[in-house]
Amino acid sequence: MSETQITFANVSRFYGEVLGINNVNLSIPPGITSLVGPNGSGKTTLMNLMTGLIRPTQGDISVLGIQPSHPERLCRMVGYCAQFDAFPKGLTGHQFIYWFLRMHGMSHAECEEKTAAALERVSMTPAAERPVGAYSKGMRQRIKLAQAIAHDPQVLVLDEPLNGLDPMARAETIALFREWGEKGRYVIVSSHILHEVDQISDQVILLSQGYVVAEGQIQGVRSEVKEQPMQILVRCDNPGGLAARLFQDHHMVEAKISNDRKGLLLRTTDADSFYLLLNHVVLESGLEVESVAPADDDVNSVYQYLIGAEGGTV
Amino acid sequence: MSPLWLRQIGAVLRLELKKTFFSKRGWWIYCLAIGPVVITLLHWLFELRRPGDHHHTLGEDSMIFAGLFLFFYLRATIFFGCMGIFSNLFRGEMLEKTLHYYFLTPMRRELLVAGKYLAGLAVALTLFVGSTAAAFLTLSRHFGPAWSDYLYHGPGLSQLGSYMLVAALGCVGYGAVFLMCGLLFRNPLIPAAVVFVWENLNPFLPDLLKKISIIFYLKSLCPVEVPVPPPFSVMVVESDPTPMWIAVPGLLAVAAILLIYSAISARQTEINYGE
Repeated sequence: MSETQITFANVSRFYGEVLGINNVNLSIPPGITSLVGPNGSGKTTLMNLMTGLIRPTQGDISVLGIQPSHPERLCRMVGYCAQFDAFPKGLTGHQFIYWFLRMHGMSHAECEEKTAAALERVSMTPAAERPVGAYSKGMRQRIKLAQAIAHDPQVLVLDEPLNGLDPMARAETIALFREWGEKGRYVIVSSHILHEVDQISDQVILLSQGYVVAEGQIQGVRSEVKEQPMQILVRCDNPGGLAARLFQDHHMVEAKISNDRKGLLLRTTDADSFYLLLNHVVLESGLEVESVAPADDDVNSVYQYLIGAEGGTV
Repeated sequence: MSPLWLRQIGAVLRLELKKTFFSKRGWWIYCLAIGPVVITLLHWLFELRRPGDHHHTLGEDSMIFAGLFLFFYLRATIFFGCMGIFSNLFRGEMLEKTLHYYFLTPMRRELLVAGKYLAGLAVALTLFVGSTAAAFLTLSRHFGPAWSDYLYHGPGLSQLGSYMLVAALGCVGYGAVFLMCGLLFRNPLIPAAVVFVWENLNPFLPDLLKKISIIFYLKSLCPVEVPVPPPFSVMVVESDPTPMWIAVPGLLAVAAILLIYSAISARQTEINYGE
C-alpha cells in the first residue's frame, strides 16, 4: 500500500442489492482531484469509504498507507466535509469546532487557538457564537468546511462543498482548495458545478453508475475519447483558406467559420496530425495565426462525451 | 497531562452532558424521576394533617417505601428512564444524522462508547439515585424526632445507603443493556419491551432463569423484602436471594460484558442514515 497516495484496489460496495461502486481501482496523487458524475454515480460512497464511515464489501483502501478501519490514525490526517446537513443540537459554531478538536485529545488552549484559526479561515468569526441551527445554508456549509480543516489534515475530502455558497464565499473556498493543493496536500472534491471543477482540478475522476469511467488530467482523459472528434479553435487572418487546405486531409470532420471571420472551429479525429498539418500550412502559405486552442478538453465536454447521454442530471 | 484516551473520554463526557442534561427532549425522564418524590411529599403532607392516632407506623412506612422502590423505581422509573437515556446515546445520533461528527474524530470507537455511557450514567445517577434519596428522606418526616432517631440511630441510614446502591446498580445494569439495544437495533423499543416483560416475569420463573436478569440481583440487595400480593403470590417461585458479594460484582461484570460487546459493535457500525 502506497504511503504517498490514496489507493482503491478492486473496491466494491453494495447497499443490500443496490450497487454503490463496483470494482474501483484508483490511485489519487497529491493536489486537487475532482469527483464528477451524476446523482447516484457513487461519489459520496467513494468519499465515505475513504473516510471510514462505511466499509467496502470487497477490496482494499489505503489513505497514505492507513486503512480506514483505523479511525484513530486515519482521522488525524483526514478532514471530511460531509454532505450530511445535521449538527449536534444546541451547539454554537465555535462549540461545534471546539468540541470536535477536544475529541482529538487536544488541550483547551490548543482547541481555542485552532478553532479561532479555522473560523477565521472561512470568514465565520462574527457568527461563531450563534447556534449552528440558526445558520443559513451557506453558513452551515462554511462551518462544516471549518470543521474539516480545523485539525490541519493532510487529506481534505469535500462532498459538494460549494453548494449553497454565494459567489464571494465560493471564490474564497476555491482559493482555500488551491492553497491546500499547492502545499502538496490531497484535496478531493465532488461538485456539480463543472466549470468550477475545471478551474480548480489537477485531475478528475469521472464516475457513472458506480463505475470509474475515466481518471487523470482532463486533457489526457479528453485525448482518450477517440470516438469524439477533438474540437480546436484557430484564430487567423484567413480561416476560409485554412479550412479549404485542411479538408484535403482525411482526418478533418467539420469546420465552422466564426461570425467575425477571424476564427475557425475545427473537428478532427487526429489532433496530432492536425497540428503537424497546420505547421506546414503556416510555412507554405504565410498564414498569420493569432491563437490555436483546444475547445473541448474541459470537464464539461468530457463529461458530456462520456456520461452525458446516460448519466442524467449532474 | 493526562493520557490521550482519558482526555478523549472526558471530551465526549462533557459534550454529551452539555447536549443532553436538562434538554427539553428529556422532560418525561425528569417527570419519572420527580414522580416518586411528589408521591412521598404528598404522603408526608397528608400524614401531617391526619390526627395523631391514625398515622402509619415507621415500620409500615418502611414497607411502603420498599414497595414504592421495587414497583415504581426499579420496574418503572429506573427501567424506562435508563431506556430513554441510554438507548438514545447512539440511536438518537443516528436519527438526527449526527453520528458522523463523532466517527470523524481520531478516537477509538471503544472510547466513544465509554464516554457516552459515562455521560448517560452521570445523568441517570444524578436523577434516579438523587430521587431515591429524596423520596426516602421525605416519606416519614412527619414522625419528627422518631424519624431522626430511626435515621441516625436505627437502620435508616443503612437502608438509605442500600436503596441508593441498588438504584445506582440499576442504572449501571439497565444502562449497559439499553446502550447496546440502541447500537444494535433500529427500533430499540422492541428489545426494550422484551427486556421489560422478562424482568417483570422474574418472580414466576424457575430458579435458573431468574438469575438471567438484572432485577433478580437488584431485589436481592434491597434491605426490605416486599411480598408479591395475591393472587399472583401463588405463582411465585421462591428462590434464595443472592448474597451481596456475588450480586454487586456480578451485576458490574454483566454490565462490563454488555459494554464490551457494544464497543465491538460500535467498531463495525457504519454511517447509514437511511438516505
